[in-house]
Amino acid sequence: MSLLATNYLTPTGREEAWRFTPLKRLRGLHDGTAINGERSSIISTSELPTGVTLTRENLEPLATSDDVIIERVRGLSSHVAHLCVAANSEIAEPILLGRSAGSIDSAEFSRVRISLGLHAKATVVLENTGDTIVAEDLEISLAPGSTLTFITLQEFDAQSVYTARHHAVVDKDAQFKSITVTVGGDVVRILPTVEFVAPGGSAELLGVYFATAGQFFEHRMHVDHAVPHAKSRVNFKGALAGRDAHTVWIGDVLIRAVAEGTDTYELNRNLLLTDGARADSVPNLEIETGEIVGAGHASTTGRFDDEQLFYLMSRGISIENARRLVVRGFFNEIISEIAIDEIQERLMQRIDGELEKAGA
Amino acid sequence: MSTLEIRNLQVSVQTDAGAVDILKGVDLTINSGETHAIMGPNGSGKSTLAYSIAGHPKYTIVGGSVSLDGADVLEMSVDERAKAGLFLAMQYPVEVPGVSVSNFLRTAATALRGEAPKLRTWVAEVKEAMEALNMDPAFASRNVNEGFSGGEKKRHEIMQLELLKPKIAILDETDSGLDVDALRIVSEGVNRAKESNNLGVLLITHYTRILKYIKPDFVHVFANGHIVEEGGPDLADKLEANGYADYVSK
Repeated sequence: MSLLATNYLTPTGREEAWRFTPLKRLRGLHDGTAINGERSSIISTSELPTGVTLTRENLEPLATSDDVIIERVRGLSSHVAHLCVAANSEIAEPILLGRSAGSIDSAEFSRVRISLGLHAKATVVLENTGDTIVAEDLEISLAPGSTLTFITLQEFDAQSVYTARHHAVVDKDAQFKSITVTVGGDVVRILPTVEFVAPGGSAELLGVYFATAGQFFEHRMHVDHAVPHAKSRVNFKGALAGRDAHTVWIGDVLIRAVAEGTDTYELNRNLLLTDGARADSVPNLEIETGEIVGAGHASTTGRFDDEQLFYLMSRGISIENARRLVVRGFFNEIISEIAIDEIQERLMQRIDGELEKAGA
Repeated sequence: MSTLEIRNLQVSVQTDAGAVDILKGVDLTINSGETHAIMGPNGSGKSTLAYSIAGHPKYTIVGGSVSLDGADVLEMSVDERAKAGLFLAMQYPVEVPGVSVSNFLRTAATALRGEAPKLRTWVAEVKEAMEALNMDPAFASRNVNEGFSGGEKKRHEIMQLELLKPKIAILDETDSGLDVDALRIVSEGVNRAKESNNLGVLLITHYTRILKYIKPDFVHVFANGHIVEEGGPDLADKLEANGYADYVSK
């Protein structure tokens, strides 16, 4: 049986990759029953600067995928929304991408490519909003010496389902940084994955998520150190509040036998703000060579720190404001990395709103 | 003129072995402008007294009363106590990751004053308070108590004391971990607060060293969960010479 045929098998939920995901809520994206709405919703929401183009074209995938939904996307959609930053272009202003209106009556099978040419430098923001159903194969190509900050904001409305792989292929001495924010939607399942194809590259995967009652957010990293002397950092922070809020964080890091000089660390912290919520956190480090700079992981899940709340309240701050400060502070480490004030403030307000909604 | 009255205060704490009585009937009255030093050996319950007055959830009030100008402090939530005019400078101030000192101070000032302080005057106010305590301006953008040295934590506590202007302040071993220079600077901050706000101070300490800088009007010796002797400043000299051995063996 070929790999492709295997991958088209509909997951049952018993597979390692699907064991946490509520398949019944995927609106048929995983089993082929979703209606193809033939949409291609990626648009640019600011004027594209010189050296940057957004086109629709036929492109072969950059990398193989063993994700069944990604295989279905590739089978259904040959067109790719392709954002290209020309070689040696340094784009100071963030490039803003968004989506045209979606629908929950049918699904979008979307392919996206972000390409950075040799020594190009840019920040790309993808804002996901509205109510929609999207399965997305998003691939990022970093040419040698290029630098990309990729900010992906899941600010969907309540009924949305989004399953995606955000896969970066990092060439020699390229620097990739992603900030994945998930605060809205019914089911969001993102696979932020990185593949180093030449030495000297670095990848920093940052993320925050905040799930409230009934929401399911899964972030499943995979960092493949297939070459020597690459560096990776993963830091995801999540908060949960409300009945049946469920988050999953999986951090798979593979250091292959050839990947001498690898330096990797991954971290996941969860804050359980109420009873009835569940955070799964599974760091998974596979090391095939001992000749590395460092490899480590940490995972914590905790509640509000009573001592922090006491300290703040002893200065006259109400319990509600003390909690808000602590939660904002918890997320600040990551949110402050988004160098766009307007987005920072919007996200913090959304976080305040989620907290208020949950009555935590 | 404010008065904090502590009457027959009894406090226990839950341990794995059940409730343990820590405070066994404490009586103390502190008026505006007065400085009371509470001195005693480790484990005598001094910090429990401080935290119980501030309302830390770890401690259970078994009996007695605490009132501020007649209002029942023990019925108040922690933030209400601060709003009523109580302040606790903690021995081990807590780290609050991701929350900057300036954001924290402004949030606290807003809560205590009932409205957000005007940005321009507030910035000047904070700058002045920081300069007075010999603090680097970069301090304001650091996260609350995160990575602070022992001395920085104590300066930060006293800076809050000066900015938030309580009626009665409890200083829980503010002198511990300070070198001589820092002790002087921190003490001067307390003395400024006393002078400008007619602050009443309950100064909890293990050592007499700080009393050279902050002059007490009354000295209380604390042992085994209650006050065992009271006197004027000369009592501190006696403790300096003889230690606590007399009281512990009683």
